[in-house]
Amino acid sequence: MSAKITAPAYRIIPIIPALKPGAMEGSGPYVANDKIQGALGFPGQLVDDWHDQAIAKMGELLGKYRSLAVYMDSCVHCGACSDKCHYFIGTQDPKNMPVARQDLMRSIYRRYFTLPGKIFPKLVGARDLTREVLDEWHNYFHQCSECRRCSVFCPYGIDTAEVTMAAREILDSIGYGQKYDNEIIGKVHKIGNNLGLPGPALKDTLEGLEEDVKEDTGIDVRFPVDVKGAEVLFITPSADFFAEPHIDSLIGYGKVFHATGTSWTLSSMSSEAANFGMFIGNYEQLRKVALRIRQAALELGVKRIVVGECGHAWRVAYSFWNTLTGVGDGADPDDQFAMMLQKQLDHRYKQPMHICEFTWDMIEQGALSFDKEANDKHIITFHDSCNVARGSRMGDYPGGQFDIPRNIVKSVANHFVEMDPSTTHERTFCCGGGGGLLTDDLMDLRVKGALPRMEALKRAADEHGVNFMACICAICKTQFSKVMPYYGFERNMVGGVHQLVSNAIKLGAK
Amino acid sequence: MSNIEVDGKSYETDEEGYLVNLADWNKDIANYIAKTESVDMTDQHWEVINFLREYFEEYQIAPAVRVLTKAIGKKLGADKGNSEYLYGLFPYGPGKQACKIAGLPKPTGCV
Repeated sequence: MSAKITAPAYRIIPIIPALKPGAMEGSGPYVANDKIQGALGFPGQLVDDWHDQAIAKMGELLGKYRSLAVYMDSCVHCGACSDKCHYFIGTQDPKNMPVARQDLMRSIYRRYFTLPGKIFPKLVGARDLTREVLDEWHNYFHQCSECRRCSVFCPYGIDTAEVTMAAREILDSIGYGQKYDNEIIGKVHKIGNNLGLPGPALKDTLEGLEEDVKEDTGIDVRFPVDVKGAEVLFITPSADFFAEPHIDSLIGYGKVFHATGTSWTLSSMSSEAANFGMFIGNYEQLRKVALRIRQAALELGVKRIVVGECGHAWRVAYSFWNTLTGVGDGADPDDQFAMMLQKQLDHRYKQPMHICEFTWDMIEQGALSFDKEANDKHIITFHDSCNVARGSRMGDYPGGQFDIPRNIVKSVANHFVEMDPSTTHERTFCCGGGGGLLTDDLMDLRVKGALPRMEALKRAADEHGVNFMACICAICKTQFSKVMPYYGFERNMVGGVHQLVSNAIKLGAK
Repeated sequence: MSNIEVDGKSYETDEEGYLVNLADWNKDIANYIAKTESVDMTDQHWEVINFLREYFEEYQIAPAVRVLTKAIGKKLGADKGNSEYLYGLFPYGPGKQACKIAGLPKPTGCV
């Protein structure tokens, strides 16, 4: 597998690349086996009447999600999106143009759901749903990271991410799921996190961290688990407990809570912020994963819920937790547990709150102080994670999600440089591993999809000596540390915003 | 699912070459998997593999990278207790490649 993986050359002039039709043809990522599928209540393998079931499911989704029906109807093939996708730029496969990806579904929609498509399919680009089409879906709808960059440029606001989610939902419903995503969701249901990290291992890891921080700083910073009556329930991606550089941000969160005297706790039952239910477009899975957090919040009696550095988790938390679980306003009045949680939480604070909002508030209040020189070895840039940039907000004004993480970095370090503005803020490029694609069997795609971000980083490195790219997403951190060596960068050039906080924070100073 | 043949016996693996039945594991299988990964097993590699298996025995999961580096540092000296040393031994990443050779399940999630 590793032999054929190559990074594309940097483009001298970053314009639309020459087309390589069929460059990424193939069978797509590994298919989920019957055990993995069964754990989520999906058929174990492709069902016999997959054709009829797929069309019926599509009809159901078109009825349920008005947005999907609008997206199917409203595209005028203007081409504004065509060169905006990192996977198209990196792979040059025309089917990775957002419009072409949508058309994989739109052609089927026209055939079965529009009058002209039923009568004159060839004239309107409609086609039958065949086994070949199904395989094409499995392949190319797993070459979209649901990052929504294309939708920023679409004059109609068509969101390819929703089309991809719908396609994956249809595939799951007929027994043709993706191994990586569905295995992970099963682990959350069974053990409480994506990793499958059981409570005792979590506790052992955190005790080790307490020792390490004590050794480094001489201060007893705690990483509490399952503490009833704590004020804050902290929900973070399980990669923060396990991987590097993620764990350095975890240390940063702990130090911020310590320095501000905040009583906080993790939950061993609900030790995951990520919610891959969103990636597969399945509402029931999305809700089931989110409900573990509600259960933990109710059992522990917390007053606040704060979320760690995880991109799509923050989209789910910010945009969906309210109706899914009752964290925030808008829960179903008949949902008694949601109502119970609404009463329990302290609404003087934002519910939920991002750890960056928490830290920035504390900095603004003067509750934290920093030794900025501790980060002087870094010339830092910031990579906006797609789901934070385009699927959520921070603070109390539009664009707060861009300013707050940058404000933190500038408060804890002396050297900060922006990358090319056509690759940041709402126009940020995906890291290349988001949306449920962070799996080894898609490594070639991941390396190629990172091209536009690597180009912008290279320019920043060449022109300003940037040697550290901060981000606030576990997927971004893992993806970059894996693919950067293909582009000639060091693995440890990527890290978290709270890793920088951790380096500079003065403990016991205030 | 696929199979690997070691010493005339067949063992089930998943699509990515991880052993399906953890109880199947033995040193010959480890050496076989290491070869397919282009890893030349030395005593230093075995130190890591043995620690992974001991940890897994107790916690039913591979250790966090930090736990692993700390343990190796204690055992083999502080200069070896870092992820650079482990990447030197297992270039694809100590988390996944070493787990595969140790016959443990692949760590999943955003790692």
